[in-house]
Amino acid sequence: MDFAFTPEHDELRQTVRRFLQDRSDEATVRRLMVTDEGFDRSTWAQLAEQLGLTALIVPETYGGSGLGPVELAITLEEMGRALFCAPYFSTAVLSVAALNEAASDEAKQELLPEIAAGKKIVALALAEPQGIWEPADVRLRARKGRNGWTLTGEKTAIIDGHVADELLVVARTPEGLSLFRVRGNADGLERVPLPALDLTRKLARVRFSKTPAESVAAAPDVQPQLERAFLLGLAALAAEQVGGAQQCLELSTQHAKTRWQFGRPIGSFQAIKHRCADMLVAVEFAKSAAYHAAFRAAEGNGSDLAVAARMAKSYCSDAYFQVANDTIQVHGGMGFTWEHPAHLYFKRAKSSALLFGDPVHHREKLAALIGI
Amino acid sequence: MSQYRPMTEEELRERVRRLKAEVHPDRVDMFTFRGAQYDHGLAWVHFPEGLGGLGINPKMQAIVADELRKDVQTVYDDLAINPIGIGMGAPTLMTYGSDELKRALLRKCFTGEEIWCQLFSEPGAGSDVAGLATRAVRDGDDWVVNGQKVWTTLAHVAKWGLLVARTNPDVPKHEGLSYFLLDMHSPGVEVRPLYQITGEAEFNEVFLNDVRIPHRYMLGQEGQGWQVAITTLMNERTALGGGSTQKGGGPIQVLMQIWNARPPKRHSPAETAVLRDKITRLYIESELLRLTALRAREMMRAGNPGPEGSVGKLAQAELYKKIWECGMDVLGEDALVYEPGYTLRRPAHEERRDKVLLAKYQFLRSRANSIEGGTSEIMRNILGERVLGLPGEPRTDKGIPWKDIPRGG
Repeated sequence: MDFAFTPEHDELRQTVRRFLQDRSDEATVRRLMVTDEGFDRSTWAQLAEQLGLTALIVPETYGGSGLGPVELAITLEEMGRALFCAPYFSTAVLSVAALNEAASDEAKQELLPEIAAGKKIVALALAEPQGIWEPADVRLRARKGRNGWTLTGEKTAIIDGHVADELLVVARTPEGLSLFRVRGNADGLERVPLPALDLTRKLARVRFSKTPAESVAAAPDVQPQLERAFLLGLAALAAEQVGGAQQCLELSTQHAKTRWQFGRPIGSFQAIKHRCADMLVAVEFAKSAAYHAAFRAAEGNGSDLAVAARMAKSYCSDAYFQVANDTIQVHGGMGFTWEHPAHLYFKRAKSSALLFGDPVHHREKLAALIGI
Repeated sequence: MSQYRPMTEEELRERVRRLKAEVHPDRVDMFTFRGAQYDHGLAWVHFPEGLGGLGINPKMQAIVADELRKDVQTVYDDLAINPIGIGMGAPTLMTYGSDELKRALLRKCFTGEEIWCQLFSEPGAGSDVAGLATRAVRDGDDWVVNGQKVWTTLAHVAKWGLLVARTNPDVPKHEGLSYFLLDMHSPGVEVRPLYQITGEAEFNEVFLNDVRIPHRYMLGQEGQGWQVAITTLMNERTALGGGSTQKGGGPIQVLMQIWNARPPKRHSPAETAVLRDKITRLYIESELLRLTALRAREMMRAGNPGPEGSVGKLAQAELYKKIWECGMDVLGEDALVYEPGYTLRRPAHEERRDKVLLAKYQFLRSRANSIEGGTSEIMRNILGERVLGLPGEPRTDKGIPWKDIPRGG
């Protein structure tokens, strides 16, 4: 079934929404986004201990809840709506997905319980400069020496790379694509926080110079597994985009009802009303795309997931940007100010559209998959 | 609590089997078979006995259709035979008509002996159909009707027309309308084909000059016409807005076939990249149109209908126009030729069996997608006002007599 949400799903949504209303209101987001760390450790602990959200997709054998892409999509949709500032996407989504799919049992045993418990922040270092987003395109090489593996090279656009206790690094060996674990305090590791376009999602670049790394891969070549993890990440990000887009639509609609010009609410003008209607269409289509990807991911059919995830990432990126962009326009001058939250969503929309490959990139991959 | 009488599925299937034993659809003509179907109460199962029904839940009509299909060559499609009569007219007649009219008209409506059409839109009343100007004036036992209707499907073959006319111009527009069943063969009814952008005439213009309608052909009360018209429109089977139910089906499939059959040297690598991206976008939107309709059905089933059901009509109209525009771009110089030409003719579907011809035809025909059944502008108003709750446009026609409403030209 394609969109079979259950009462438990609704309950999860309500729980996450209430928590974020309480712990991630706009004032909190604004306070955290200008700090170096970018998140609140006590909120993070609560998220892990009280809601168990860091354990969401961690299998039960490793101390997690063993839930899947659908529950993850619901959670991320709410986080996207609130612009929740926390290392959730890096740690509980990307890193857990990479470990679930590609890591050895031993490595899972070491890392997953700690992630599930909220005790470890882990960032996935996948992207490289010059537009390398996909596992298949990774160039960074790992070398095996007498004292084990070392890495030399650069990774970029690492979400929460500045605060991660550990990095999971995708790198190439002579035998194929592999996954490595690098401690945050490793020798030869230089972390450079980036002044991000989107203040609510911190990014870092890292340079490795003969940095010691530990292989955690389940096999000599885990490229297919990492590709699946990447697709799960795309689906998850699409759900987060939906949440932001929905919030923008609501902000715009609310403003159009209450802002008066020429003696009437501006929402009574068709110019504004029709823009809002087009936003609604984009948001509803984006939901269909993101939920479809989540349900496909939950079913585990690889080729269906590839189509659904790339479709979702491409469409939701464009839809979120359209809606966030129109939100500024509907708000007029107010939408251009720092005080109004429109710019926070606008920046998140563009940065999440570019992360992991932009819509054109995913359409190009999709075209090959569906025979265009 | 149900107003319908109970009947088991098996009992209903048995009735269909009895019908087929009595008159086999492969052995008698359409009118005979469908007449018998009506007499067995299997035409509209929720209608009363004696009027084509059994007084049972309308959802059970699907069981009749299923049983009718078994072991036969001949399967009739109600909506192909008499779409307006069977789908919209009959339920309206059932709700508002006299017993005499029901007995006189329903059977032939169902068999297809008498085709029906709908006379609502006018040249001066499109989106604002309640502003229509066709006048009906009482004269003894008759009403005398003068005016012009347009976009009338099937008027050239119809026996009955569902007509809304203005019986009182001195009250606000919705209050001065009445609803009639018009015998299309009456003196003063003139039907002309409406020559359209494709060269075809799918529709007609209907001119009404001193047409007399006996008062007993009014459905509902005088002045109740708008309410009756709403009943008709509510029964309009909403085929609009769900896209293709099949993955990768519908217009996008045709576009992809045309794309994949293009001559290898027609586009440079750069042109190919641009077109491929465009087609992939259209593929994604087609998929999302389908998935959104699916999601709407799921939400409806779960008793939780939301906005996902309302966006389809607008999205589909705009998408299909773009798909067929892209088809022309892919066809390039081949699209400079329009083989069927523009000589006025009634629709001929065999002209469009070929994918390329279909694409060129649809490029023209799809211009109407964002006009017919509610323009995209009206759909955006509906989404804005009914779904998002935005305030309405200030109106200059509210609460004033129809005759005082400002009108251009």
